[in-house]
Amino acid sequence: MKKFFSLILLIIIVVGMIYTIHQIPFGKNQSKIGKYFVANGKDETGAANIVTSVVVGYRSFDTLGEVTVLFLAAIGLGAILTTTKKQNHDIEKASLILNTGCRFLFPLVLLFSAYIFIHGHLSPGGGFQGGAVVASGFLLIYLACPGKRINKVGNTISESVGGLIFIILGAIGLFVGDRYFLANFLPKGELNTLFSAGIIPIIYIALGFKVGSELNSVIDKMMEES
Amino acid sequence: MDFLYNYIYYIGAFGLILIGLYILLVKHNLIKMIIGLSILETGVNLFIITLGYLDNGTAPIFSKENLESNMMVDPVPQALVLTAIVIGLAVLALALSLAIRLYDSFKTLNLKKIKEQKW
Repeated sequence: MKKFFSLILLIIIVVGMIYTIHQIPFGKNQSKIGKYFVANGKDETGAANIVTSVVVGYRSFDTLGEVTVLFLAAIGLGAILTTTKKQNHDIEKASLILNTGCRFLFPLVLLFSAYIFIHGHLSPGGGFQGGAVVASGFLLIYLACPGKRINKVGNTISESVGGLIFIILGAIGLFVGDRYFLANFLPKGELNTLFSAGIIPIIYIALGFKVGSELNSVIDKMMEES
Repeated sequence: MDFLYNYIYYIGAFGLILIGLYILLVKHNLIKMIIGLSILETGVNLFIITLGYLDNGTAPIFSKENLESNMMVDPVPQALVLTAIVIGLAVLALALSLAIRLYDSFKTLNLKKIKEQKW
C-alpha cells in the first residue's frame, strides 16, 4: 500500500518535471550574470579560472559562510560521537606491503593536494578539492596503519590559522583599496601566471588547510567510533 | 534520437532524483535512507550543472590565448554546485553519526522496529 502511494506520488512528480523541462532548451541558454562573469571576470579579478573568480572573488562572502557550515558539521559530529568510555580493540597490524606502500604514497598525495590548491586560480581545482585530497591521504594512513592517530592540537591549529587568514584578509580589504569586505587589494599581476589574481590564491591556500583539517577531524571521529 | 540528444542529461538527473525520492519514501533501513538522500543530492547537483551547459562550450578557464568568452559554459551553476557538494558532505557525515548513536541505543537501524518514536 505504501509502495503504491509512493509510486503515484513519483508519477505526479514525473509529469510535473516533463511539463517543466521541455520548456527549457538544452545547451542554449546562458544566464545574464554568467555572461557578465565570463566576459569581465578575468579583468576584474585577474584569475584565469572563472569558477574560482566567482567562488573566491565575487561570492567570497558566501564561501566564508560555507566554510562555517563545514565547521559546524565537524563540531556537531564531535558532540554526537564523543563518548566518555574508552573501548579497547585488539589492533591487528597491517602487512608489510600495505604499510610500506602507504608510507610511500602519503607524501605524494599531500604534494598533489598542495598542487591542486595552489593552482586553484589557473586550473580546475582549488581549496575545497585540495582539502578533500589532503583528507584522503590521512584516511589512507588511518586504514593502513591501525592505531595511528593524527595530532589533534596541530590539526586544530592549522584549521584555526586557515580560518583566521581568510577573515583577516577580508578585514584588511575594509581599510585598503576599494573598502569593502574581502576586497581584492593586492596587485592583479599577469593573467595565467602563478603570482596573479591578488588575494585569491592566498585565500585558496588558507581554505585548503582549513577544509583539509576539518575533514581530518571528521575522519578521526568516525574511525575512533569504529 | 534528437530528443535523446537534447534531453539525456535532464533524464539522467531526474532519474537520480526519482530513485532517491523512492528510496526515501519506501525503505525503512536508516543506512538505505541515507544512501537515498545522497543519490537525491547527486541528481540535484547534476541538474543544476546541466542548466548551465552551452553547446560545444569549453570549461570557463582562460588557459589559452585565443579563447573567447562566448564559447564558455555558465560558471555560476558550477560555483553553486561546488558549495552544494561540500554542504552535502557535511550533511552526510552528520546523518551517519546520528545513525551510529541510534544503533547504539536501540540495537537496530530499522525505523519500524523502534517503538519509542513519537510519530
